[in-house]
Amino acid sequence: MATSTAPTSKRTMVERKEHATVTIRFCGDSGDGMQLAGTQFTNSSSIFGNDVATLPDFPAEIRAPAGSLPGVSGFQINFSSHEIHTPGDRVDTMVAMNPAALKTNYKDVVPGGIILVNEDAFSKTNLQKAGLDVSPLEDATLRDYHVYKLPMGKLTTEAASGFGLSNKGVNRCKNFFALGVICWLYERPLAPIESWINSKMGRTPAVADANTATLRAGWNYCDTIELFPHAYRVAKAKIAPGTYRKITGNEATAIGLATAARRAGKELFIGSYPITPATTILETLAAMPQMGVKTFQAEDEIAAMCSTVGAAFAGACAVTSTSGPGLALKGEAMGLAVMTELPMVIVNVQRGGPSTGLPTKTEQSDYLQAMWGRNGECPMPVLAACTPSDCFEMAVEAMRIAVQYMTPVILLTDGYLANGSEPWKIPKSSSLPRFDVVHPTNSNGEAFLPYKRNERGARPWAIPGTKGLEHRIGGLEKQAETGNVNYDPDNHQRMICERADKVAKVADSIPDLKIDGNPDAELLVVGWGSTYGAITTAVERANKRGQKVAHVHLRYLNPMPKNTEDVMKRFKKVIVPEMNMGQLIIKLRSDFLIDAKGINKVQGKPFLVSDIEAAIESALGEG
Amino acid sequence: MKVEMPVEPLKPADFASDQEVRWCPGCGDYAILAQVKKTLPGLGIPKEKIVFISGIGCSSRFPYYMNTYGFHSIHGRAMAVASGLKIARPDLNVWVVTGDGDGLSIGGNHLLHAIRRNIDMTVLLFNNRIYGLTKGQYSPTSEVGKRTKTSPRGSVDFPLHPLSVAIGAEASFVARALDVDLKHLGYVLERAAKHKGTSFVEIYQNCNIFNDGAYSYATDKGTKHDTRLILEHGKPLIFGKDREKGIRLNCTDPEIVTLGDGISEDDLLFHDEKAAEPSLAYLLTRMHHPNFPEAFGVFRAVERPCYEYVLDEMSDSTPPPQGAEDAEIDALLNSGDTWVVD
Repeated sequence: MATSTAPTSKRTMVERKEHATVTIRFCGDSGDGMQLAGTQFTNSSSIFGNDVATLPDFPAEIRAPAGSLPGVSGFQINFSSHEIHTPGDRVDTMVAMNPAALKTNYKDVVPGGIILVNEDAFSKTNLQKAGLDVSPLEDATLRDYHVYKLPMGKLTTEAASGFGLSNKGVNRCKNFFALGVICWLYERPLAPIESWINSKMGRTPAVADANTATLRAGWNYCDTIELFPHAYRVAKAKIAPGTYRKITGNEATAIGLATAARRAGKELFIGSYPITPATTILETLAAMPQMGVKTFQAEDEIAAMCSTVGAAFAGACAVTSTSGPGLALKGEAMGLAVMTELPMVIVNVQRGGPSTGLPTKTEQSDYLQAMWGRNGECPMPVLAACTPSDCFEMAVEAMRIAVQYMTPVILLTDGYLANGSEPWKIPKSSSLPRFDVVHPTNSNGEAFLPYKRNERGARPWAIPGTKGLEHRIGGLEKQAETGNVNYDPDNHQRMICERADKVAKVADSIPDLKIDGNPDAELLVVGWGSTYGAITTAVERANKRGQKVAHVHLRYLNPMPKNTEDVMKRFKKVIVPEMNMGQLIIKLRSDFLIDAKGINKVQGKPFLVSDIEAAIESALGEG
Repeated sequence: MKVEMPVEPLKPADFASDQEVRWCPGCGDYAILAQVKKTLPGLGIPKEKIVFISGIGCSSRFPYYMNTYGFHSIHGRAMAVASGLKIARPDLNVWVVTGDGDGLSIGGNHLLHAIRRNIDMTVLLFNNRIYGLTKGQYSPTSEVGKRTKTSPRGSVDFPLHPLSVAIGAEASFVARALDVDLKHLGYVLERAAKHKGTSFVEIYQNCNIFNDGAYSYATDKGTKHDTRLILEHGKPLIFGKDREKGIRLNCTDPEIVTLGDGISEDDLLFHDEKAAEPSLAYLLTRMHHPNFPEAFGVFRAVERPCYEYVLDEMSDSTPPPQGAEDAEIDALLNSGDTWVVD
C-alpha cells in the first residue's frame, strides 16, 4: 500500500490546531451511506497512522421510512495520537445529513463542538418526519455548538453531474461530499479512499468518477471558501512497528476460525443460519473455499447446530455462529454435543434481548444462557473476546480447547465487537499455536473404547472411515469407557462428574488472570467481553488522578483462570460492570463469596468511559 | 489421492453389533433390520465407510444394532446431523433411519431441506402411523378419527402422506416398501442405496403393540392382491389376484379398470420412474386404500446434482503441505488493505 498524505492545501494561511484525540460521528438516514463514509474515514485514519476505535450504530430495518427517526444510522470513530480503547464518549464533530439525524444525535456533541448539517435536507417535510415544528437550525436548540450549514445536496449535484448518472445516482454520492469536508478538516489523505472507490466501483467508471469528484469537491469546497476558521491535526500515534490492517470483530472471528482449522491440519466446516449481528462471520467464511472452508447455510438454527455436530463426528473442525435467539434454539443439540463429547465451536454474537429484542444493538445478556441454558448438567467451556482483534485470538483458543479436550466451546462476542473495528497488528503464522489432532487408527487388537479418557479427560476422536473402530454414539447416557447406552445410577453420576471434570481441567491450559492498574488498590474492577476498552480507559484515568484502582478482565469465563479467586479476594472492594442486569456477578459472588457490586447498563449501547469513572468514584467514596 | 481398500466379502452377520436388540417381540422393525443387513454386503462398501444416523423413536434405535459407525441423535434432527456429516465427508455412505413422528412431525423441516439439496444418502422412514416410544399417541400419518390416549374422541388432525411430501420437496428418488414383503423390501433397499442423491423410502411398518393391523389390508392373504400394486419401470399398472385389474388415466385422475371387454394393457397408465416431471409419480402417491390399491416399489428415480459433491468441488479441501500452510495463513491474515508502521 502506498503511503498517502493529505492533498496540499491552497490556503496558505490555514491554521491547524493540534488535538490528541478526536471523536467524529457521521449520522444520517439509513440510505445516506453513513456506514460507508465512516468506514472510509476509519481506513484513511488508520493508514495515516492514528490509533482508531469505531462504533457503528444502525437500525434493524434495512430501510426504515426515509427521513424518519427510526431510520437514523450513525457511525462514530475515535482517532488519536496515542493508544485508545473506546470509540469515545462525546462527539467533537458531527455530520448530520437530515433533521432526524440531527435531532437524535446532537446531544452527544460536546458543548462548543462542531455540527455540520446538510441544510438542503431541512425541508418542511423532513422536519415533520422528524417530529419538528421549527427547524433546529433556526431556533436556539444548537446555540452551544458551532453549526455549519452546507448545501450538500446542491453541491453534490453540481459535482457529480456530467458523468451520466441518474438524479438518484447523483444524490447517492453526497456521503462522499461530507467525507471530503471532514477529510479537509482533519487533514486526512484522500488517496486510500479514492483507491477504495476505484476498486469497488471501477466496473462502472461513471459511478467511480462521480464519487471521486464529489469527494474532492467536498475537500476543495472547504479549502476555497474559508468556511472554517481553522482546521485540525491529530498527529500519528506511536504504534509498535509491524504490518497492520483494520479489522472488525466478526472478520477477526472468521479469520481466527479458518486459521485455527489449518493449525489443526483440518478443514473448517461452518453450519450457520443468518442472524444479526453474527451474519458476517458466515459471509466472511463463505468467501474462503480456497482455505478448505465448507459453508453450509442451514434451514434453521437447529439444523445449523446439528450439522455442526454431524461434521464434528465426521472429523472436521466444525463451527456454528449465531446470536442470542439462535443460541436458545441450538440448546438441545449443544447438549447432544456435550453428551457425545465432540469438538466444535459455537460463536454467539450477543445482542439486546429477550426474544427478538434489539437485533442491531449490543448487550452481554447471554452469559447465563451460555453457562446454564441447556437441560441437564451440561457444562462447556465459555470464552469471551474483549476487543475486535481479540476475537481472532479467542477464536483460535476456542478451537484449540475444543479439539484438545473433545468438547463444544462457546465463544461470546457481541454486536459492539462484531461491527466495531480497530487497527490490528497482523501476527505471523509461525507465532500462532499449533494443535495437531491425532485420530486413533486402530485399537491394537483390543475392543475399541470410545469413552476411555486421556490425562486431559478427553475421549478419542475416532472418525468414520477408520477400520476396526466402528462405534455408535448418541444422546442417551453413556457407559463409562465403552460408550454403550447405560441407565445405571452410579454410572450416570460418574459420567456427569467426568464431563464436569474435563471442562474444569481446561484451566490447566489457560493463562493466569493479569492485574492491570494498581495491584495494591483498594478497588478492583472486574470486566468481561467488550467492556474492556471503557474499563481500561476509566481505570487509567482514575490512577492518573491519584485514585487507586485495579482492573482484571476475564476472557475465560468457564473455567476461569486458576488464580481468579486469589485475585478477587485480594481487594477490599469489587465492582463488576456488565451490559446486563448482573450475570457474571452471580457466579463471582457464589463461587468466591465476595461482596461484589454490579454496575449495570442495558441500553443497547456500550459503557461510556465516564459511566465507569462515575462508578469508580462512587465505589471509592463509600466507606 | 484415494487408495482403494481391498473389499473383503462381507456377510449379513458382519453388520450385527454386540448390542441386544430391544424392540417389542413381533415388531416390524426386526424384519427391516434383517433386510438392511442382507442388502449391505451386496453394495461392496467397507463397513467402516458406512454411517447410520437416527433421531428419536423406536426406529431410531436402529444404529445401535449395526456394526458400522452410528449416531443416535436427537428428536427430529437426524437429517440435519447427517447433512453436516456427509458435507464434511462426501466419501462416506450415509443412512438415515427415522419414523413418521421423528421425520414428519418434529423433524419435518429438516426432511424437506435435505431432500431438496439432494444430499446423497438413503432415508428409511418407518411409517407405523403411531407414536410408539411414548406409548401410543396419534402421529402425523394417523388417520382422522383415530382414537388414542391424546385423541380420546378421535383425532381431528388431517394426515399427510410421506411420499407426496417427498415429491413436493423435489426428491430425486422416492419408493415404498412393506416390512413383511422381505423380497420386495430387499429390492427397494438395494435400489435406494445405489441411487446417487437423497433416496427416500417409506416403509409400512406394523406396530403390533399400539397400532396393530394398520396395514392388514396390504398384508392379509385375502386382500393383498387387490390392495397392492407393484410398480415396474416401463410396465403398465396392473394388480389383482389374476392381474385382471389396472389403473387408467381419466383426464388427470386415476381410475380402476378391469382388463378385457375392450380394455387392453395398452390403455393403462405405464410407469416411468425416470420421467423428468414428477406429476405421474405424485399421482401414484395419492392412491390410497380403500379407494385404490397402494403402489409399492420405485416411484421416481432421476439424476440431479448432489449438494455435497458440488460444494466439495468448489472448495480446496486438501490441506497444504506443512511449509505451504504457513504461507497460506499469512496470505489470509494479510488480505485486504494493510499498512506498515516502521
